Amino acid sequence: MAITGLFLISFLLVHCSLNALIFLNDGGVAFNEGAEFMGTNPVIRTMEIVLFAGLLLHIYDGLRLWFENKSKRPVAYAVVDGAANSKWYSRSMGLLGTLLLLFLILHLKHFWYFSRLTEGLEDHTLYAEMQAVFMNPVVVIVYVLGCISLGYHLLHGFSSAFQSIGWNHPKYMPTIKTIGAIFSIVIPAVFAAMPIAFYFHLIQ
Amino acid sequence: MTKLDAKIPEGALADKWTKYRSSVSLVNPANKRSLEIIVVGSGLAGASAAASLAELGYKVKVFCFQDSPRRAHSIAAQGGINAAKNYQNDGDSVYRLFYDTIKGGDYRAREANVHRLAEVSGSIIDQCVAQGVPFAREYGGLLSNRSFGGTQVQRTFYAAGQTGQQLLLGAYSALQRQVGMGNVKMYTRHEMLDVVTIDGKARGIIARDSVTGALERHFGHAVLLCTGGYGNVFYLSTNAMGSNVTAAWKAHKKGAFFANPCYTQIHPTCIPVSGDHQSKLTLMSESLRNDGRIWVPKKQNDNRKANEIPEDERDYYLERRYPAFGNLVPRDIASRAAKERCDAGYGVGTSKMAVYLDYAAAIIRYGKAEANKNNMHNPSDEEIQAMGKAVVKEKYGNLFDMYKQITGEDPYEVPMRIYPAVHYTMGGLWVDYNLMTTVPGLYALGEANFSDHGANRLGASALMQGLADGYFVIPYTIGAYLASEIRTPAISTDSEDFVAAEKAVRDRLETLMNIKGTKPVDYFHKRLGKIMWDECGMARNAEGLKASIKEIQALQKEFWSDVKIPGEIDNLNPELEKAGRVADFLELGELMCIDALDRNESCGGHFRTEYQTEDGEALRDDEKYAYVAAWEYEKQSTFKLHKEELKYENIKIAQRSYK
Amino acid sequence: MEGHLNLTLKIWRQKNANVAGKFETYQVSGISTDMSFLEMIDVLNNRLIEEGDDPVAFDHDCREGICGMCSMYINGRPHGPNRGVTTCQLHMRSFQDGETITVEPWRASAFPVIKDLVVNRSAFDRIIAAGGFVSVNTGNAQDANNLPIPKEDADEAFAAAACIGCGACVAACKNASAMLFTSAKISQLALLPQGKVEAANRAQAMVAQMDEEGFGACSNTGACEAECPKGISIENIARMNREYFSATFSSK
Repeated sequence: MAITGLFLISFLLVHCSLNALIFLNDGGVAFNEGAEFMGTNPVIRTMEIVLFAGLLLHIYDGLRLWFENKSKRPVAYAVVDGAANSKWYSRSMGLLGTLLLLFLILHLKHFWYFSRLTEGLEDHTLYAEMQAVFMNPVVVIVYVLGCISLGYHLLHGFSSAFQSIGWNHPKYMPTIKTIGAIFSIVIPAVFAAMPIAFYFHLIQ
Repeated sequence: MTKLDAKIPEGALADKWTKYRSSVSLVNPANKRSLEIIVVGSGLAGASAAASLAELGYKVKVFCFQDSPRRAHSIAAQGGINAAKNYQNDGDSVYRLFYDTIKGGDYRAREANVHRLAEVSGSIIDQCVAQGVPFAREYGGLLSNRSFGGTQVQRTFYAAGQTGQQLLLGAYSALQRQVGMGNVKMYTRHEMLDVVTIDGKARGIIARDSVTGALERHFGHAVLLCTGGYGNVFYLSTNAMGSNVTAAWKAHKKGAFFANPCYTQIHPTCIPVSGDHQSKLTLMSESLRNDGRIWVPKKQNDNRKANEIPEDERDYYLERRYPAFGNLVPRDIASRAAKERCDAGYGVGTSKMAVYLDYAAAIIRYGKAEANKNNMHNPSDEEIQAMGKAVVKEKYGNLFDMYKQITGEDPYEVPMRIYPAVHYTMGGLWVDYNLMTTVPGLYALGEANFSDHGANRLGASALMQGLADGYFVIPYTIGAYLASEIRTPAISTDSEDFVAAEKAVRDRLETLMNIKGTKPVDYFHKRLGKIMWDECGMARNAEGLKASIKEIQALQKEFWSDVKIPGEIDNLNPELEKAGRVADFLELGELMCIDALDRNESCGGHFRTEYQTEDGEALRDDEKYAYVAAWEYEKQSTFKLHKEELKYENIKIAQRSYK
Repeated sequence: MEGHLNLTLKIWRQKNANVAGKFETYQVSGISTDMSFLEMIDVLNNRLIEEGDDPVAFDHDCREGICGMCSMYINGRPHGPNRGVTTCQLHMRSFQDGETITVEPWRASAFPVIKDLVVNRSAFDRIIAAGGFVSVNTGNAQDANNLPIPKEDADEAFAAAACIGCGACVAACKNASAMLFTSAKISQLALLPQGKVEAANRAQAMVAQMDEEGFGACSNTGACEAECPKGISIENIARMNREYFSATFSSK
């Protein structure tokens, strides 16, 4: 979980930085160049396969853990005061992950399918596709909710990954937790800003 | 009259153990594999003995009534463990530890055993450190020491206020290692209900599986009872709820003599009783007397709050009466002094049965020392308080927290209220130098035997004795017996004696279940406890003891006709377990009173009001009572006294003085 | 100051491991706020005995928070509402008059119920037997001061060694994981030079035994640390993971 999680976190960083190019508000020139590079560079294309493998492994591991852990307490407690000892999102990683997966299917259909499996790019840029997709208010809301799920998933996942691989040191853990918290707020916020910006025509 | 043979080796005191160790019979490794040893109890003595014997190659079976061997009540010992390491360069030595222990025991312990204890004390620390026991250390990485009552050197090793826990977990890990290797078979939630003797020798036990209620027969070439003390005869004590005398008492009824049953240690620093609902008392470690000052108001029935009583109206009675040792006098003396003040009307708190243990002075002292260390030249009172409290917290934090949880008062702000409570029993099964009882093949180790503490045990010596017996004494001395047993094949547990022993146990359990009276077991236990505390507690007298013997006999009858035990015999039944234990306590309590009545002197924890000096100190009678009283069970309420004379060849016997 | 409470208790009753259990409701009145939680159960039990009912079976022994035997899941939390205490150290002043208190046993497939609130925690003993020791026979030790240990290391080892083996970590964990318990022992010994020799084997053997006993995996919610009566830190789990990975990579 931790290794694949950290790998996906590194992907998020790249994905987010690249997409943030839209905020240059240059009509998508820089962004489209980036997209073009990502779509054609053989190294990136290879990494894309690794990325999918990592994602599938993360999902598989998560499901396996969820099923296994569920069986460890065959009789449930009648009363559980989870809030007294842990955060709700730490206890709900499976749920948040499932929401993320549903969002991801939609997201892949919108953009990955468009850029990789159709000939769309020839006359219609990815940037233009974003503009088109984010005109639908329902899609915008779903994307924002997806980003919130991502935020909470990361809020636990980021520092948890370090804990799992044994990198918990009293001197460094507070820093890791702070970076984790910033990461889990900034990255989803930047992502969420994109559909909102398009919808309200804040960028052209 | 049988002559008790303590089997003390000849020779000079300091050479006895070394010579004995080198000449005691050995069992060769091949024979060890076919010799089986039963260990009952898994505390410091039991776990260390079982692990050490299994390491030697014996086949070992260990029984404990708790759900894990790690729960044994040794775990609750707080303050520390003594050892004559002299790491502090303050003049400690084997002889001095020996001397302090004999003197602390008010000259009623056996010289040879105590000297051996002092000799092996250093090895215990070595062994525990090697096991990974995290003792407190100084910044240089070396072991730290503190003082305990009755000594003027710093020889106590400790792990915060959880020394017993850490030592027990060390012994437990050694035991579990042997369990994992298959050398020890562990039986948890099993209670020993009888010793099986065949032709006068101990050959096994009958145990009840608490979960299923099934009775089991187990054979052993030797049986070791490491079952702790019997302080729970008083109902309220610092012992665990399950601590009991049953194993020792069954052994007693099978022929093992019970020695000095009246020697009970009442610990001076416990949290006072708060009401009738109370099920146990909580000890505040003696280590608190290192820094705390004990006082009561100078005025009788003073109802002011502690902080409102000015300094010159406080009576630091221990410092006043015992200037040389001050607050660090031995436990029996500190307890009696507290009782004396309370009885005279100077007690504090709502019950007036408490004295103050005050840390205000220590907080200021430590605060100033910290200020000096940190180069603060004009620290404010608040700063001193804050820094002082931090130091106290580091040293005693867990104890202070415990006090606060129980009483709801903050001991950093107001003095703690303390009162003596039953804590330890110096008496126990009589054993010889080899730790063997009067039944061949039956041994008693740790608090279960009587051997090392005389009439009063010094603080931090119980852990020392438990581990000494288990790690460094029994592995040698058991050879003296087992070397002659190598030709004894394992005896079938279907043999007549085993079957008969099991039947007797079953009959007794069925009798208990079938009484179907009206009162729960606790009702009888509380009544017994009250009799014992009032008449056989901190102060005793002939009249009261005679009356209480009658009362206890009447209570025994009432118990056997009116106790009510719910549940089934073949299921987990805590009430049935408790009933069996209380039935044994009822018999033991009687013997304790008989012993206390017989001993017409005061010594250590045994204080007869008729025998005291003009200033209220214990008055021994060395002419008539310098002996171990070993009682033989004859029949119900009939015990026969045997005396083992105590000879002091190396110590000049004197009136104990801590002034 | 002492007060008195009237309470409704919902307690899990189960005759033995083979039959299903259910909650029973009891009223208790006049409970002193100075009582411990277990003394309150004592009061109930003595009443049940007098009424001819089977008293509630529960594990307890030292009643001063160190033996680790008491184990009640009270109002949704192991050892009840207060942090840093065991059930026996929980006093009734922590409850309100008229309150309903639900009491359940530790629930985990590795801790089967024996009766009522009593569970079988012998899995913990087997985890220790798998490697929670230093292999030093009696008599093999060198002088205790021959090997200085930095105070920080000794203190940290002590903090991990403070574990009382009560199982609250397992009870609190949504996955019924025993990582905190196992890691506390692995940490204690890994921090001390005496334990370092066997550190790799120990980590592998104890983790293997832990998995075999049927405890869940750790998902780092931190509930164990929050509910541990001795405040054992989840840093120990990270250290265990470190020890375990390095043992796995370097094993021969």
